[in-house]
Amino acid sequence: MARETLLNIVLFALLPVTALAAFMLDEPFVITLVTKAAILALAGVGLNIALGLGGLVSFGHAAFFGLGGYAMGVLASHAQSYTPIMESPFLIEGTKSMLVIWGVAIVTGGLAALAIGALSLRTTGVYFIMITLAFGQMLYYFAISWPAYGGEDGLSIYIRNEFPGLNTLDPIQFFAIAFGVLAIVLFIASRLAKSPFGLALSAARQNAERVETVGITPFRLRLVAFVISGAITALAGALFADLNRFVSPTMFSWHTSGEIMVFVILGGVGRLFGPVAGAALYILLEHVLGGLSDFWHIYLGLLLLLVVLFARGGLIGTLAGREVAHD
Amino acid sequence: MTEPLLKLSDLKKSFGALKATDDVSLTLLPGEIHALIGPNGAGKSTLIKQIAGGLRSNSGTVEFAGRDVTPLGTVARARAGLGRTFQISSLAMEYTVLQNAVLGALGHDGGVMRFFRPVMKNRPLVDRAMAALVRVGLQDQAAKRTADLSHGQRRLLEVAVALTLEPKVLLMDEPMAGLGASGSKRLTGFLDDLRTQAPILLVEHDMDAVFALADRISVLVYGRVIATGTADEIRRDPTVREAYLGAEDAA
Amino acid sequence: MSLLLLIEQVLNGLQFGVMLFLMAAGLTLIFGVMGLINLAHGSLYMVGAFAAAAVAGFTGSFVLALIAALAAAAAAGALIELLVIRRLYDRDHLDQVLATFALILIFSEGTRYIFGSFPLFLDIPAALSGPILLPGGIYYPLYRLVIIGAGLLVAAGLFLLIARTRIGVQIRAGEADREMIAALGVDISKLYTLVFALGAALAGLAGALVGAIQSVQVGMGEPVLILAFVVIVIGGIGSIKGALVGSILVGLTDTLGGVLLPPLFATFMEPSSANAVGSAVASMAIYILMAGVLLFKPSGLFGGT
Repeated sequence: MARETLLNIVLFALLPVTALAAFMLDEPFVITLVTKAAILALAGVGLNIALGLGGLVSFGHAAFFGLGGYAMGVLASHAQSYTPIMESPFLIEGTKSMLVIWGVAIVTGGLAALAIGALSLRTTGVYFIMITLAFGQMLYYFAISWPAYGGEDGLSIYIRNEFPGLNTLDPIQFFAIAFGVLAIVLFIASRLAKSPFGLALSAARQNAERVETVGITPFRLRLVAFVISGAITALAGALFADLNRFVSPTMFSWHTSGEIMVFVILGGVGRLFGPVAGAALYILLEHVLGGLSDFWHIYLGLLLLLVVLFARGGLIGTLAGREVAHD
Repeated sequence: MTEPLLKLSDLKKSFGALKATDDVSLTLLPGEIHALIGPNGAGKSTLIKQIAGGLRSNSGTVEFAGRDVTPLGTVARARAGLGRTFQISSLAMEYTVLQNAVLGALGHDGGVMRFFRPVMKNRPLVDRAMAALVRVGLQDQAAKRTADLSHGQRRLLEVAVALTLEPKVLLMDEPMAGLGASGSKRLTGFLDDLRTQAPILLVEHDMDAVFALADRISVLVYGRVIATGTADEIRRDPTVREAYLGAEDAA
Repeated sequence: MSLLLLIEQVLNGLQFGVMLFLMAAGLTLIFGVMGLINLAHGSLYMVGAFAAAAVAGFTGSFVLALIAALAAAAAAGALIELLVIRRLYDRDHLDQVLATFALILIFSEGTRYIFGSFPLFLDIPAALSGPILLPGGIYYPLYRLVIIGAGLLVAAGLFLLIARTRIGVQIRAGEADREMIAALGVDISKLYTLVFALGAALAGLAGALVGAIQSVQVGMGEPVLILAFVVIVIGGIGSIKGALVGSILVGLTDTLGGVLLPPLFATFMEPSSANAVGSAVASMAIYILMAGVLLFKPSGLFGGT
């Protein structure tokens, strides 16, 4: 346990330390990479609540990631073109405020997760995997065929959205925002795992019959977990779109779902800092292997295969050498 | 006569051509242990599932504490006060013993939609869980992972979790199975005291325990209750002797 | 909308559905017998298409191309079954999803490495190209009709295989009770490899047949894979009959939705926005169909409880 805690602290500190070092050395691109890792980790923390805590193998989290991205894209594009989103029955205008955008992303992601979850959680196992995958794909095709917001080409936002008191276009300041959000959400996730809700949710993953026998409905637990999970992943999507100043249907693609899942697995399922380790490793691999070969996905695939077949605890599990702690 | 806490009327359940439960009616009175015995395949576990709510009956009713609970599922019946232990231990294996007991206390409490305060620092819950562990003698194992418990200890933990629910009625499916002689003797003594708190419908193969504990015994053969009575009445009942011993011989 | 156009679209939907069936049948068989969810099934579809395109490019023969597609997909299937998949039968679905997702990455990038990023083209054989006049005065591409026929033939063959042959008996036994057939002395690991290769060959055949209509490119199998999942969710996991019904339903819904919905929306909306809304809704039609089935039958039309 102590070893895992130490490892978590080191891992977590690695992000700001790297970002600061890059800042000193005047390497803005590296800061952007670390920012990307922090945002993808956030998406993974979201998925990990459903997957690690709840045992819900969602292969459709790109839906929420994309919705968060489009929440940002739609609001900011209307703000930059000074056109309202709608005028009747009441006026809704775009905005460049990150805080408002985050709120909209969280609510949109949560509502979508409520609808998708209410349907998919009627099933379990393989059905659940295939259905979440299908709903993600549904939004992907919707984004492609809906012409108002760029369709297949996506939407560009020229200036990054605003955060009170900070210059968001400065890489290190934007990193600070993303890292701050990640830290807050990690704190919330750690409390959630230990809360009454977390105890019951994780018990439902281990043994649903047991939970029913003590008078708790697993479906409700899972649905709430799915909503929280979707909302966090949507928040990550909004930040990701802001990082790139661009949204496109790719955010909805099932590869995105797969990648978010890969962060969680590479790091270690059900471990609080697993997604952080996984996302950092993923970005590192993308950068290092991608520099060596155009076909770096082959190596990523092989690595993933090896982790799944032989190192089931992921990076943290291998380094900390212990099963998931549940206390 | 006192009102029964649990009353089954004409329960039926068939799987295809097999009548697993055939017109079963029985009652559980306050303060009693009512044992349900019968050869393997008599339909005891099916009946327990129908009572607990995990299996819908084809017809008939289940009344609990004066209320018809037939349309309710497992969760609602558990919330109404129907405690249950399983034939094969059904616990959250990754959790500690204490966490399993806290889960029970939490279920009874109903405050599961709380997201921020650590549940293991909730004194009232942990105290109730601990008290239940003390009652079954598992307090020294509280910090152990459930997966690391012995088979017999898991059975005791099941009982403890059921106790945290402060049930009005207990359904116990073979709690003695695999306990060993001293273990089942201890549990027998424990159940003997427990009946005053909540009456027990006890499915059990350990006949020493059944005849020592049961106020009444019902014999289930091929889904039918062929006799109900005190231990002595059952011992003397010719149909029971014939059906039961005959079936035992055949098995 | 003219009736002729409608009939043509129904045929298109049927053709699409029949191809989906070839994919879904393999997936559902593999799940039914081995309990495995295989995301890499779309990669086997791609392997079939690439093998066909490459061989057709060398030899100019469409028949050889089809044989190559079947052989390459079956071989690739057997290979991954022996190397990777068989280690996954006892694992949970999460591990299966991840490992087969990893296989997709390897297959896709490997194919890109060998064939490059540009799409290949597989020509429809001359004898089957061009339209044919159907009764009622409809001109319809002959090749598409042949695909429908070939797909239905394969479907019939598959039903016969499962209903009538020794292998079929073993497959059905394997779906019902895995321990039992091992106890009966069936070489279970051989059976698993065979079933997997059979599913792979069906996917490869679909890839080759469709490859002649569309371009052959990396990633072509993935949209089809997800549609095949939708088919299975609608039809019920493990049911070949469900896969057939689901495929036809999905094929028709997708094709007809794209044609019928925009004009339908135009009856109560402005033409310009009706087109946008109509095609956006049409793109979601099959998922709405799936959601509808889920509401009423969570385990699919022909699924067990």
